[in-house]
Amino acid sequence: MLRVQIPLIITFIVGAALIVAVFVPHFPFYEANENFSVYFDLIAVFAFILGGGNLLKIHGDRIWKKGRDWKYSMVTVVGFLAMLIVGALKIGGPPGLTGDVSADGSWFGFMYDAIFVPLQSTMFSLLAFFVASASYRAFRAKTKEASMLLVAAFIILIGRTPLGHYMTGWLPPELQFLHVPNLSNWILSIPNMAGQRAIMIGIALGIISTSLKLILGIERSYLGGESK
Amino acid sequence: MPPCRKDSGNHAILSRLSIPFSKVLFFRFVRLIRFVPVLIVILGLTISWSSFSAVCAAAGPASKPPTGTPSAGATPAKSAQSQLAAAEERTAPVGHDQGPSALPYVPAPPASPTEVKAIDSPSDHGESITVTWVMSHDDVPATGKVTGYAIMRCETPDGAFEQVSTAPAQSEEYLDTSVSEQVKYSYRVGAICGALVSLSSVAGPIVARQQWFDARVMNLLVIAIILVSAILWFVFQAGRGKKLFIRRISGIEAVEEAVGRATEMGKPILFIPGIQDMDNVQTVAGLTILASVGKLAAQYETKLEVPVSRSLVMSTARETLKQAYLSVGRPDLYSDDMAYYVTDEQFGYVAAVDGIMVREKPATCFYMGAFFAESLILAETGSSVGAIQIAGTAMPTQLPFFVAACDYTLIGEELFAASAYLSQDKRMIGSLKGQDVGKGIAMFFILFGSIVATVGSVSGNSSVAAFTDWLRNLFRLNF
Repeated sequence: MLRVQIPLIITFIVGAALIVAVFVPHFPFYEANENFSVYFDLIAVFAFILGGGNLLKIHGDRIWKKGRDWKYSMVTVVGFLAMLIVGALKIGGPPGLTGDVSADGSWFGFMYDAIFVPLQSTMFSLLAFFVASASYRAFRAKTKEASMLLVAAFIILIGRTPLGHYMTGWLPPELQFLHVPNLSNWILSIPNMAGQRAIMIGIALGIISTSLKLILGIERSYLGGESK
Repeated sequence: MPPCRKDSGNHAILSRLSIPFSKVLFFRFVRLIRFVPVLIVILGLTISWSSFSAVCAAAGPASKPPTGTPSAGATPAKSAQSQLAAAEERTAPVGHDQGPSALPYVPAPPASPTEVKAIDSPSDHGESITVTWVMSHDDVPATGKVTGYAIMRCETPDGAFEQVSTAPAQSEEYLDTSVSEQVKYSYRVGAICGALVSLSSVAGPIVARQQWFDARVMNLLVIAIILVSAILWFVFQAGRGKKLFIRRISGIEAVEEAVGRATEMGKPILFIPGIQDMDNVQTVAGLTILASVGKLAAQYETKLEVPVSRSLVMSTARETLKQAYLSVGRPDLYSDDMAYYVTDEQFGYVAAVDGIMVREKPATCFYMGAFFAESLILAETGSSVGAIQIAGTAMPTQLPFFVAACDYTLIGEELFAASAYLSQDKRMIGSLKGQDVGKGIAMFFILFGSIVATVGSVSGNSSVAAFTDWLRNLFRLNF
């Protein structure tokens, strides 16, 4: 039972202290939020060793047993170890504990800039194609709601391009509210904003409720225990 | 008496020379008259020297400035100390008059600020002192005589004051944030007019102290008390067995169907608890849903994979799954390898998860937690492999992507409610009813505020407009 009870007690004390810190600008509550964040970062840094060890174990086992897709695991392990060794030994860069691991001329910096960043950019650029395919599905006017979404998206897309200015720029001043860029701005700042705020209010209430359940120990499934 | 004897002697001599006494007096007068030109010359030289000295003193920078004779249009003194010294001398009463022709016109110094007060700023942690004053009578925008106020501070009332800052003209308050705790400060405020500074009397000493309550967030405290009370009340009521109605959420009801589909197809379930760490409440909410999904997977003997991007999330996910499998009597199906670490890097994680999806073709994908740009890449890849997808996030910018690409989406608060729905725990459901009270209050004030603001705008009534402002400030957060 202590395995669950002690974390619950810690959660209650820390949670209550952080709530009090919002209203009490006095020591020891003042800056408690920032201080606890620092403590969390310290723990997370040590937990990184756990993650790295798990990575090597999972993929090492797969390579050793020649499991399914073991060649991909080989790439993962080699990439992980290469970056780890080059970074830990600071090859090509300023040595010592205080030496900048990504300094100019260091192998780590080179591998990061020449291999990792392009790979990352490649993954990110896939987003453009996925936006197109997702939009195609979302904007199919099968229902009334989807049709409205399509019209709104069309107006915003046109309104954000020079085409929108050319299309309705000739309208007289009394009909300027129909100018496509103005319609686009209206959709974004009135109906869209109202919807966003409604979602935000719901999220805020949900976070308050969830936090309360965690602090009071009503919700404890994340600790490996049943909810009480 | 000796003098009498002496006079008697002189008279005797004159008598012997037979010169009348009146003539003697005449000769003596003539003898004195001849020194008059010499005296006139000496007096003239003295006056000339005095005038020369005065002119040199007025022109030379190293020489002491004459009292009450500042040069018009001179720039303010550079250092605070010299400005203070100059101020004290220049605002002193005018001394000797040197004549209208000796010096140019001298403007009168501005009136000093009055009622200077220094108080420890309320609702802070002892990092500031608020100085207030009543403006100088000469601080009139039309004349522009007062160009600002010098804030002078010292740590002892009798010590040297130093200028810490300058407040603009027409201001009557200054927040001094350059103070240290437990140090006594005294303040003077000076009205600046060119090189002239008219200083006020000394205010203080005052000490900046940490406060025990931040009154600026009083409204937040009241709202929090109402919400927490409502949630706890309904939790208590639910604990006593009261039946509470909650509306259906199709995304949550589809969880069992999604797990069943994976079972029928003999394919794994992929659960992504976001890419944030355990300090994010969305990740915690995602893991509470994982507990329910884990139970279903254990009951249906379906393979479950949880690739994570944070080490702490991996540890927590393992504990959650272990307990879930244990609670349904299938600890034999649990393995530590079900939840495994991939990488902290956002797009590295996306690449790995996309690879898993493409190779293993899971039948069901859950995305429950905090997501950023990777949301659509993951959801579209899942869609392309034919998986049934249920997403839930409280990131408003990512919700449209999930709505477009997934079969079901838990929007915002539904993510936090999912755990209660899935567990069917009475007290958890009670907490949802408490949330509803908060939503009811929000809806009432939004509607009421909209009506009041509209009436105020249409009618132009100042009282209604003031009430609208008050209402708006009631819900403004002052952090």
